[in-house]
Amino acid sequence: MTPLPDDAARILDAALVCELTVLSGDRVVTYPLIPLFDGERIFMTSSVLFSRKLDHIKANPKVAVSVTDPTATPVDRFARITIQGDARVIDDDLHAGWLSVLPMWERKEPVIRKFLRQRFGLPLFFERALIEVTPRRVLVWPQPGGWLEVHELQEERA
Amino acid sequence: MTAILDHELAAHLGSYPHTIVSYVDREGYPVNVATGFRPDGYAGLVYLEPFDAPDQPGAGAEMELTFSHVRPRPGTGYDQRRYVNVWGKVIRGDAGLAVAPERTAGWDEQRVPFVEYCERNLARAHRYMSRLSEERGAPVRPFLPLRWRLFLATRVPFLTATIVPILLGAVIARSHGYSAWLLTTLALLGASCIHLGLNVLNDIFDVSSGADVENVTPTPFSGGSRVVLYGLVGRRSMWTLALVLFALGSAIGGYLALTRATEILWLGIAGVALAIFYTAPPLKLVYRGLGDIAVAAGFGPIMTLGSYAVVAQRVSFEAFYASLPVALLVMLILYVNQVPDRLGDERAGKRTVAVRFGREWIIRGYDVFAAMAFALIVVGVIAGIMPVWTLLALVAAPLALRVHSGLVAHYDEPYGLVPALASNIALHLFTGLGLIVGYVL
Repeated sequence: MTPLPDDAARILDAALVCELTVLSGDRVVTYPLIPLFDGERIFMTSSVLFSRKLDHIKANPKVAVSVTDPTATPVDRFARITIQGDARVIDDDLHAGWLSVLPMWERKEPVIRKFLRQRFGLPLFFERALIEVTPRRVLVWPQPGGWLEVHELQEERA
Repeated sequence: MTAILDHELAAHLGSYPHTIVSYVDREGYPVNVATGFRPDGYAGLVYLEPFDAPDQPGAGAEMELTFSHVRPRPGTGYDQRRYVNVWGKVIRGDAGLAVAPERTAGWDEQRVPFVEYCERNLARAHRYMSRLSEERGAPVRPFLPLRWRLFLATRVPFLTATIVPILLGAVIARSHGYSAWLLTTLALLGASCIHLGLNVLNDIFDVSSGADVENVTPTPFSGGSRVVLYGLVGRRSMWTLALVLFALGSAIGGYLALTRATEILWLGIAGVALAIFYTAPPLKLVYRGLGDIAVAAGFGPIMTLGSYAVVAQRVSFEAFYASLPVALLVMLILYVNQVPDRLGDERAGKRTVAVRFGREWIIRGYDVFAAMAFALIVVGVIAGIMPVWTLLALVAAPLALRVHSGLVAHYDEPYGLVPALASNIALHLFTGLGLIVGYVL
């Protein structure tokens, strides 16, 4: 897959919060979540307590992920970005499957490790599914309210 | 939240620095893009600044606006989470692009604390896992290691309520010239089993009655163990656990009654009966506002006299008298723990003291009972019933003031009450330890 533009990768990597927009029938629904970026795909996790978004993604995988809040994105040269892509819910192992992204999560929210040690206090919060987003188009606004740059990403085919 | 844009919502939306506009593009993918906005409570519209994005919807199409905020906290993550989703029709006119809100949703952790937000979504979690179970043809349940499930189901930390009276009875017997520490340990084990069995039984009936379901603001000290509600332990397993604990506790009590003193039999029968009928029908003492008296009797005179009898093979007035302050303070644990639970309890028909009486009466009652507990110690020493060193227990008295202040300040805030609930448990523990040390010295 074509890598994300540098600006988008840098901002996704730093953002404490993103907005995941999913489709519920022909309507859009947006959820603030922590974006986790492995250099290729965007991951988010969702507790089964807040699983409506998972149902929506299973019904229609088309999603958009935006980073819009400069105060929650500690980078130089902030730019607003939106990534459109296809999402997949990974919920084979709700208890431990999502732990694969814990190091990325901990980098953004260090206190999560402490909360996880006390998972017996909020056990259902830590029964979580992974949302994996494969980007297909990146929209970048280098200046707030400015012009849009569109980057189409090509998926590599065997 | 369901409301069209009024002045209150307009003012709230105005506290966000920008909005995220979301809609569906021609290829069927969502687009979300940030822009400036101006909410107008008079017009009932949110005006949007122009933005550059593909396939923008025309007039009459539906659009979603999201207003989101977090406060970064370097080193921990972030806090002050809140967001609002607004859905409405697009209006394009001379004043530019606007949205007429028709529906809203969202969450603000300062209005609905995170733990409560989680509790309010339990049904959704169970629906999701139930669907997964159907898809896979195998049950999908939340998981915790057995040791944690047992720890939560039995509520082990509350055992201080048992440890204090059992040790108190034993040290009073020691001050009378009797000693039997192995048998005291056995008595502690038996009483602990009955106590833990009570906790498990209490959970079973509070789930059945709906009291725990209705309670969406549990704290570490109130609201039950919730293991059944969370799907961590099945009801059948809870029944088995309760029966095993009651059987083990009763067997130990029976052995002690046979080998030490017949008084233990009557005290044991009374204790087990109170433990069972605390929540079990037909008596359901706690549902009738009698739980406090049951707890005072069980964790006060019954346990202290029982422990004394195990060691001394008789009962004594001094042990009975010394158990009274402990009884009052253990009763106050339940009394205050019912405060954060009272709304859910009331909805479930659990008419506890905190449901029956208002804030002022409850706080005044707390002050009176706490003062009585310490007055009993002072009077006991003056009257020569208890040794002078038991006045050491008065050192814990300031904790009662902390509980009082907590009740005054946070009566209607379940999570704000948590420090007061903790201080109240510490008050019982440290007063009890003060009495125990007083008898040892």
